[in-house]
Amino acid sequence: MIEVQNLTKRYGDLTAVSDISFQAESGQILGFLGPNGSGKTTTMRIITGFMPATAGTVKVAGFDIFDESFEARKRIGYLPESPPLYNDMTVTAYLRFVARIKGMARADIPDALDHVLARCGLTDVAYRVTGYLSKGYRQRVGLAQAIIHNPSVLVLDEPTVGLDPQQIIGIRSLIKELAGEHTVILSTHILPEVAQVCEKVVIINAGKVVAEDMLTNLAQDQTLEDVFLKAIAQEEPGAAETVEEAAE
Amino acid sequence: MRNVFTIVRKELRAYFVSPIAYVVLTGFLLLGGWFFFNLLSRFNVLLSIYTQLQQGAEDQLNLNEFVIAPLMHNLSIVLVILVPMITMRAYAEEKKGGTYELLLTSPLRTGEIVLGKFLASFLFICIMLGLTGVYPAVLIAFGNPEIGVLLAGYLGLLLLATSFVAVGLLTSSFTENQIIAAVSGLVATLLLYIIGWPADTAGEVLGPLLRYLSVTEHFAEMVNGLIDTQDLVYFASLILLSLFLTQRSVESLRWR
Ligand SMILES: Nc1ncnc2c1ncn2[C@@H]1O[C@H](COP(=O)(O)OP(=O)(O)OP(=O)(O)O)[C@@H](O)[C@H]1O
Ligand SMILES: [Mg+2]
Repeated sequence: MIEVQNLTKRYGDLTAVSDISFQAESGQILGFLGPNGSGKTTTMRIITGFMPATAGTVKVAGFDIFDESFEARKRIGYLPESPPLYNDMTVTAYLRFVARIKGMARADIPDALDHVLARCGLTDVAYRVTGYLSKGYRQRVGLAQAIIHNPSVLVLDEPTVGLDPQQIIGIRSLIKELAGEHTVILSTHILPEVAQVCEKVVIINAGKVVAEDMLTNLAQDQTLEDVFLKAIAQEEPGAAETVEEAAE
Repeated sequence: MRNVFTIVRKELRAYFVSPIAYVVLTGFLLLGGWFFFNLLSRFNVLLSIYTQLQQGAEDQLNLNEFVIAPLMHNLSIVLVILVPMITMRAYAEEKKGGTYELLLTSPLRTGEIVLGKFLASFLFICIMLGLTGVYPAVLIAFGNPEIGVLLAGYLGLLLLATSFVAVGLLTSSFTENQIIAAVSGLVATLLLYIIGWPADTAGEVLGPLLRYLSVTEHFAEMVNGLIDTQDLVYFASLILLSLFLTQRSVESLRWR
């Protein structure tokens, strides 16, 4: 379960995220949408404890990411916007390293490794050096890294970017399977993906939540594209100004 | 502790998988060999002159004073330049490559990351200094240097290098740019090296202070074979202070 409450993040004068709140229930898949630069990555970085919020709180699996950061981080799998790979490691060595720093018991690592290599279509490149992998394969390794320790909360920043169609289908069904036991929040620009995978949708624009509802309610009598475009069209002038001011 | 070990392994692997380790080790041995060769031939020339002048004068020439001590001083200067290049990537590369995000969102304590990176660089330094052991080994095989003085000198060299490692890691933790990390590390270690130079003319208060702050002062004592607790305390404080500041610097990303 992820609870975001009144979250604000300022980079100097620029307010990237301003006073947003939303929730993902346990076992839910939440689609996090918004135009470029609307603050999705920033929000996810705060949820995962990488950077502190200027104001507001985040609770992950019941633990405050600021005050009980360590406990919260134990329960998170995170795929950042660009996959966090060590370019001189092989895929296997890298995934083993991640499994260890995520606190997995030594005995559990071989099975988890095999499982995740198969699930993410990495068996063929298991002993290749990550630095020379193609973009799509790097993304797969990034995803494998996020799920290897079977975390109860998954934060995925544009997980299917750069993947081939077959792999996209594979990863989507993987994410769907993870739901139930895992809470997933994923950002994406591919709206059909949201329609297929997510139960709940949060749309942000210029750092503010402009829509938050179950997918079935939102896309009842209109397509998700329409919902998205309408939501970001009603943007408040105030928020846009802060962005422009900072840019000057 | 398990996490520290995991980080150490990852860091050591990074050194030896990339060419950095081999370039640095070869360079260090090459320069060391050149110094050693020069000091030794100078020693031989001096020896032949002395023996021509008077019988038994060669006893006044000893290997520790004429070969080992200057060799160690020369190596310490090389370390000023090389250590920041060894440590520059430690944090800067992680920040640039996005892997910092992985480390900081994993259930690792900041202290474990800092300690792991420090121990890995420390082990690397040990290997580096260990390899230079061939030069004194030659002297022991063919001459009779004082082993105690030699060991004290090596301890000094190791402490000096370890302090530089700690300082270099600190400067690396400030930036995502490896060049900036290396240059600021070099400036810091060089400053520690030369800060005692104006001590003689700096007055009664400032003079001793500058002398105390200088690595060279403490290092020189040990090269002469004197291991004083005051010098050990100096190196330990320098290392611990740098580690503490590195821990703060990494942790500061989590501060509001
Ligand atoms: N480290 C930073 N320093 C200053 N400004 C930043 C920083 N990171 C992000 N920003 C700004 O914050 C705003 C939100 O950025 P963010 O990366 O969260 O957007 P996003 O929704 O993930 O966009 P995209 O869809 O392009 O990935 C942008 O205006 C961006 O320029
Ligand atoms: Mg983004």
